Amino acid sequence: MASKPLLHVQGAGIQFGGLKAVSGINIEIHQGELIGLIGPNGAGKTTTFNLLTGVYVPTEGDIWFDGKRLNGLLPYQITRGGISRTFQNIRLFNELSVLDNVKVAYHSLAKHSILSSILRLPSYFKGEEEMEEKAIQFLKIFKLDHLRDEVAKNLPYGQQRRLEIARALAAGPKLLLLDEPAAGMNPQETAELMDLIAFIRKEFNLTILLIEHDMKLVMGICERIYVLDHGQLIADGEPDFIQNHPKVIEAYLGEEVESANA
Amino acid sequence: MKKAKGFWLSIILSLVVYGVVQFLINSGSLNPFYANTLIFIAINIILAVSLHLVIGITGQFSIGHAGFLAVGAYISAICTMKLEFPFIAALIVGGVVAAVAGLMVGIPSLRLKGDYLAIATLGFAEIIRIVFLNIDYVGGAAGMQVSHLTDWTYAFICLLITILVIVNFTNSRHGRACIAIRENEIAADAMGINTTYYKVAAFALGSFFAGIAGGLYAHNFYIIQPTNFGFLKSFDILIFVVLGGLGSLSGAVISAILLTIVSTFLQDYPETRMIIYSLVLVIVMLYRPQGLMGTKEITDYFGKWTNAKGGNSYGK
Amino acid sequence: MEWIQQLVNGISLGSIYALIALGYTMVYGIIKLINFAHGEVFMIGAFIGFYAIGGWGLSFVPALLLAMAVCAIIGVVIERVAYKRLRNATRIAALITAIGVSLFIQYGVIYIRGAQPEAYPNVLPSKTFEIFGVNISSQSLLILSVSIILMIILQFIVHRTKMGKAMRAVSFDAEAARLMGINVDRTISFTFAIGSALAGAAGVIFGTYYTKIDPLMGVIPGLKAFVAAVLGGIGIIPGAMVGGLVLGVVETVVSAFGYSLWRDAAAFIILILILIFKPSGLFGKNTREKV
Repeated sequence: MASKPLLHVQGAGIQFGGLKAVSGINIEIHQGELIGLIGPNGAGKTTTFNLLTGVYVPTEGDIWFDGKRLNGLLPYQITRGGISRTFQNIRLFNELSVLDNVKVAYHSLAKHSILSSILRLPSYFKGEEEMEEKAIQFLKIFKLDHLRDEVAKNLPYGQQRRLEIARALAAGPKLLLLDEPAAGMNPQETAELMDLIAFIRKEFNLTILLIEHDMKLVMGICERIYVLDHGQLIADGEPDFIQNHPKVIEAYLGEEVESANA
Repeated sequence: MKKAKGFWLSIILSLVVYGVVQFLINSGSLNPFYANTLIFIAINIILAVSLHLVIGITGQFSIGHAGFLAVGAYISAICTMKLEFPFIAALIVGGVVAAVAGLMVGIPSLRLKGDYLAIATLGFAEIIRIVFLNIDYVGGAAGMQVSHLTDWTYAFICLLITILVIVNFTNSRHGRACIAIRENEIAADAMGINTTYYKVAAFALGSFFAGIAGGLYAHNFYIIQPTNFGFLKSFDILIFVVLGGLGSLSGAVISAILLTIVSTFLQDYPETRMIIYSLVLVIVMLYRPQGLMGTKEITDYFGKWTNAKGGNSYGK
Repeated sequence: MEWIQQLVNGISLGSIYALIALGYTMVYGIIKLINFAHGEVFMIGAFIGFYAIGGWGLSFVPALLLAMAVCAIIGVVIERVAYKRLRNATRIAALITAIGVSLFIQYGVIYIRGAQPEAYPNVLPSKTFEIFGVNISSQSLLILSVSIILMIILQFIVHRTKMGKAMRAVSFDAEAARLMGINVDRTISFTFAIGSALAGAAGVIFGTYYTKIDPLMGVIPGLKAFVAAVLGGIGIIPGAMVGGLVLGVVETVVSAFGYSLWRDAAAFIILILILIFKPSGLFGKNTREKV
């Protein structure tokens, strides 16, 4: 592809107290792609996400996104810059309602200040109303609007995942990072999730990078796949290529057998 | 529009309460002891609600709130006694300086979490106290004489403003950001919320009202001393919030009222009071750690009132 | 020469802090609880020593041992009654409970015997030795040697006994320790017993050295010992010892410069600087939250 990549990771890595968690990561993702990031447990997948989202600051290499260098930016700055994410262990705002969970994501889109909120100036009412309308519309897209007043922690697991994706999308990203979105889901829920991902991608003209253990899901929907092992990229390419790559098979052997049996 | 109606309803209701009490005081049917208890209750509610913003809403565990009370008390006392400011200006200056102190404490220490933050705030409160202890200008350990200027009207107006500001803050995107931090700081960060900014803002706002309470407190006695603002005072405020339910403003208000009444009746038996307080605290933590109200508001129990204070943002 | 004198005073004070800090650090290491009531165990130890010496005419060492034994029991009771149910509670609930227990003991003691202070009976010979031109009281020396002996015993228990091994295992990973067949509850109780015994010893030593005790005496030394534990790196036993000594010396130096009213502030300033710049303490490793 000739166009400039949306996300360009150049030799990024991080070490904790002398121990290299990941290193030499090179990733290029173009606008509109759906990319998978796989690897055995402890390979450094989530650490890579944490580097991209500013939770960790890389100790080597550079991360470029949409023409900006991300190194050293704080997580909230990176989110506002257009990367949002979900978490491996769901991190909803448990005591908040479904609606409020989404509203939080609209936080930086509204403009009314603390002062105008305290004094209840017109801008406060206008801003809050807009947030509410947008959030309700959004929940409709995700078929969660009938649950809008439900407290997030009371949702069943599959819907919590769904809400977390909805919330991440509400933040208005160009690039969405999904950390094991299908973890803990049954086959039917996983199938629904695959449809959902395909749908939001089209609907929001989105670029997606996802970590996944479910091989079927990754191979089924991703256009390209990066494979991590022991903190290093060992292969990248199209699903067919990855599936037959000797290094990948070697790294993955145990889990491959497992998922074939499942 | 329903929201606005409920809002005005609660304002009118509270003004009626004010008027009745004021009438009773003026006509002499409320003896000074009870009138003073009411002022005390108002001050304690301000303290409880201001700490509720920090602990209950933002989830930042501060156990040094008495430090900001002390700043407000001393600064406002200096304003009236030494600089001859009018009382109302002194209150505001006390609040503003306390908010600045809140910023100075909050910016470095709010990077800490949980019990480390708690200990750091405790340490800061002690340092503030020791600073006043060592300044001869405010009387050192002997304390400082203060005129009695606080009355029911001042206490009530300050209380009303405090509650309005904190309720309005809570029910806006800013309050929601704070609650998001309480619920999951990492996720809040990932949603584009500047968590440091909101933690510090909540802390400063809480400190501001603690400072206002300090001004009222100082001018309700005839003397203030550094020993009034030790760890036990912080603990008194903490227990309002914890007992009421972390995250419940009405819980904090209710427990401030109840505990102020209880401690007024026990004021001749301070040991008994402390034994009861500490036992209550331990028992609540062991058997109902979410406090009396949890994160619920009293309005949640009245369907019609749910929106009265726009209180639909959390805990429903 | 006066400086060396001050240094000795500082080390004596510091060794008391260190003894208390050990209990904080061990308990924190094993159940991640800041045991606020620890300062009160110290106070109870001082009172037991007081009654044992003044009332029953015991000499120093038996009184010390008695105070340690009773405090060990009290520590275990506190753990069993108040803290045990909190194993899965939030850290904040645990902290508030600990504050509650601490206040309960303070005011319970005041309720029972009143708030008046007591003058500690003089049990130790107060001779002064001159070493290299420096006057050192026999009391300082005794305090120092008792503290050192107790710390050596503690090191022996932690590193050379089966129970010590269990303590280290539980503080490393309680769940894994349980799976390996370690009785986690008993290990935690044992940790409280040891820590409380050391605090009790510190109470008796404090009483003999500073000669005045009262029911609220545990608050400030308790907080400072906690500062010492944080300074050394909470959860790390040698850290608590070093932290205690450093704090004692710093406080004595601040007093010696004529700022005795600021002495208490020094400890808290150290605390805040440590928390902000190196929360893991002098001996600690940095840890980070998992995302």
